[in-house]
Amino acid sequence: MAALRLTMGGGNWFSALALGVTLLKCLLIPTYHSTDFEVHRNWLAITHSLPVSQWYYEATSEWTLDYPPFFAWFEYALSHVAKYFDQEMLNVRNLNYSSTRTLLFQRFSVILTDALFVYAVHECCKCIDGKKAGKELTEKPKFILSVLLLWNFGLLIVDHIHFQYNGFLFGLMLLSIARLFQKRHMEGAFLFAVLLHFKHIYLYVAPAYGTYLLRSYCFTANKPDGSVRWNSFSFVRLLSLGLIVFLVSALSLGPFLAMNQLPQVLSRLFPFKRGLCHAYWAPNFWALYNTLDKVLSVLGLELKLLDSNKIPKASMTSGLVQQFQHTVLPSVTPLATLICTLIAILPSVFCLWFKPQGPRGFLRCLILCALSSFLFGWHVHEKAILLAVLPMSLLSVGKAGDASIFLILTTTGHYSLFPLLFTAPELPIKILLMLLFTIYSISSLKTLFRFTSPASVCYFFCLYWILSFKTSRLYVCCEGP
Amino acid sequence: MEKWHLMTIVVLIGLTVRWTVSLNSYSGAGKPPMFGDYEAQRHWQEITFNLPVKQWYFNSSDNNLQYWGLDYPPLTAYHSLLCAYVAEFINPDWIALHTSHGYESQAHKLFMRTTVLIADLLIYIPAVVLYSCCLKEISTKKKIANVLCILLYPGLILIDYGHFQYNSVSLGFALWGVLGVSCDWDLLGSLAFCLAINYKQMELYHSLPFFCFLLGKCFKKGLKGKGFVLLIKLACTVVASFILCWLPFCTETEQTLQVLRRLFPVDRGLFEDKVANIWCSFSIFLKIKDIWPHHFQIIISFCFTFLSLLPACIKLTLQPSSKGFRFTLVSCALSFFLFSFQVHEKSILLVSFMLPLLLKDGLLMPLVVTTMAFFIACATSFSIFEKTSEEELQLKSFSLSVRKYLPYFTFLSRIIQYLFLVSVITMVLLTLMTVTLDPPQKLPDLFSVLVCFVSCLHFLFFLVYFNIIIMWDSKGGRNQKKIN
Repeated sequence: MAALRLTMGGGNWFSALALGVTLLKCLLIPTYHSTDFEVHRNWLAITHSLPVSQWYYEATSEWTLDYPPFFAWFEYALSHVAKYFDQEMLNVRNLNYSSTRTLLFQRFSVILTDALFVYAVHECCKCIDGKKAGKELTEKPKFILSVLLLWNFGLLIVDHIHFQYNGFLFGLMLLSIARLFQKRHMEGAFLFAVLLHFKHIYLYVAPAYGTYLLRSYCFTANKPDGSVRWNSFSFVRLLSLGLIVFLVSALSLGPFLAMNQLPQVLSRLFPFKRGLCHAYWAPNFWALYNTLDKVLSVLGLELKLLDSNKIPKASMTSGLVQQFQHTVLPSVTPLATLICTLIAILPSVFCLWFKPQGPRGFLRCLILCALSSFLFGWHVHEKAILLAVLPMSLLSVGKAGDASIFLILTTTGHYSLFPLLFTAPELPIKILLMLLFTIYSISSLKTLFRFTSPASVCYFFCLYWILSFKTSRLYVCCEGP
Repeated sequence: MEKWHLMTIVVLIGLTVRWTVSLNSYSGAGKPPMFGDYEAQRHWQEITFNLPVKQWYFNSSDNNLQYWGLDYPPLTAYHSLLCAYVAEFINPDWIALHTSHGYESQAHKLFMRTTVLIADLLIYIPAVVLYSCCLKEISTKKKIANVLCILLYPGLILIDYGHFQYNSVSLGFALWGVLGVSCDWDLLGSLAFCLAINYKQMELYHSLPFFCFLLGKCFKKGLKGKGFVLLIKLACTVVASFILCWLPFCTETEQTLQVLRRLFPVDRGLFEDKVANIWCSFSIFLKIKDIWPHHFQIIISFCFTFLSLLPACIKLTLQPSSKGFRFTLVSCALSFFLFSFQVHEKSILLVSFMLPLLLKDGLLMPLVVTTMAFFIACATSFSIFEKTSEEELQLKSFSLSVRKYLPYFTFLSRIIQYLFLVSVITMVLLTLMTVTLDPPQKLPDLFSVLVCFVSCLHFLFFLVYFNIIIMWDSKGGRNQKKIN
């Protein structure tokens, strides 16, 4: 009885939160799942049935393997459990196979791998100091941060409805951030290197890591005014970091290098033929660019400045992913997007180099890198906004200014995820969960910092919403000639 | 209240759990010819929309009472009519006479589930929130925790949103009744409770405590003055609300009688199927259904029911109090369930007992998840494992009285703790066995009968426990504290 009392006793709110959200995830099992479900089933089949040399060449299904090798090994490990659920899902030719047991297995694999995310959140909570805390549990920053991360709306609907494995990947990222906060730089670097080889989208934030580790870890001391003390450079540290990255990459890409498959792997990982925008536009800069181009072309046609015969017929929002050209404004190449992204991240990286503010500064730089890549990147998915929202949660419980920015970012970011779930039965779920998260985040942060101006939140929300999201919808309505 | 946002969040959590459970299967899905309760509700929409009122409860070529005939009071029929109007607007095929039997589609399922959610949202959930807010002497945090636990109660969620029924409407009305009567809005409270009874006759289980409490209040105010006025007003309210609901059926006695025959099928036996009441459990040892003649069964069940609820009701009439009222509600409902005639398993809405039913509907996952969520919510909100002293179990006065005769009776709370542990372990074991093992061939109903029997023991224990609390709770006890 006493043991039961200990586990369920008053102090263990973190377990209650984690268990509660896990139960909610179990309830989400019968919801709609997207083609990503078939993608992962196909990868289970490929890694289980075929030898390693075939993994990046297999193309029976349209959903070819386009994540780095560690993820492929992860799917391979999962497939060994999958065979006890339903052997048929591991057949490469069983396209769109989704028996009840397959569904159960896949959903449970996401729920269980989220354990790493829960651990990472626990570690992040240790990095938050609770000096501002009120006496009540629900007003402590640790509690608020745990809820904001564990019950994050975006993660819930992307992972547990739409179907993906972002939970444990973000767990790795948050864990590496936590380690950097705890001054365990080598572990942080190692975790990030591993993460990169699980999903290369995290390359977006690699500049932040690189700059921070170089500046604050390799240079062991600063001058009194905060600038670089060149003679404190530690070659040993640089070497050890390089060694870690090299070893991890060798483990990951080594086998494929040995089989001379590296170009093929890289072409699968970076498919630039996919077009500037995803089928459903992410609300980034290029969405506005496309809209402007469309508006100008419509105007041009009306004012007879353009010849309708010269305009390419392919439309950008027909749901297909392909390359096409802009009509009025210059077409955008992958190189152009890269240059725009680099220009956008330069200020934050410079700040991180010249005025390092410890781990917090690194976190800000990371968030800015994520946001810049989201705004200017090539073929960005709307889910990529989570890359900025989740680390921002860590900052939001620290300062009031960060909290208000977080609220705007997270509310609009989550709202932009709505088109991911377009079926009728999921409509109440996404509305209820969105309301739940938004009301909680606004009210808890407001209580923590005693906000007095919700008006600014509303203003920015409306502005952002109108600019990036609504225009793409209006564009669909007045489809081109 | 200051923490309105926490209350909103709790309500949103309750709604989310409800809707996600409703994504699962319903009773009788894809099982012709009879299907299940889902088809029954759809059929009632068809009947009430297409046929005139006079024919709703009668057997005719258009209305085959054997195929899910209406057996709830008129308010359910009116509710079905309302839903039918909406259904006709969206897709008339759903309620076309005769041709829509066994109609199943994703869109229709969405429509039916939405009707349950809307009914819940309009009636039950506001009642729960208001009830919790009106509780006195507890902190805001405890009120919110109350609402969370009540809204997460698995039994109601699984039956309403899984199996498919509209219990939240009648329970909501009953809760409005309890709220009204506890806050001294007696007329509104009794009106709400009459609506509850007119929605589902099962609410009659709660009617005696209402009657006794209100009668007690009238006595307290003095039968010669205000009390008498109150009594007359209450009587008028009850009569008026019944007439309003039964208006189309009051014109001919045959109509009224037929409706009553449908509501109270006394032609059926003492119990049907496996039900966790005394008669079913007793029949494990002695086949009373076959031994005793029909009218004897009715008389004996009436006597036992009446005897078991008499003490609590008398106490409530003589000493009406809100707390006593609430406890009497529970004990009377338990008495009725345990001893009365022709009880259905769903009447108790207690989840441990409905396991076989839910397994048949394919609702195992939601059952496990919601039960765990409820358990965790209660354990963390109310620290139930820590508050197990005699005083917190409200058994202090009882054990004090017993100690006058048995001075060594000091271990009551220990007994209760161990009983709780044993009960949880037994229920978990039974659940596991029912789900994973096949029963031996000689005893095919072994697991359902075991579940019934164990549940019956639980209910008996609770009946005794609540009756003890009611009888030993006296104002004298409170005065003693003040003196000391």
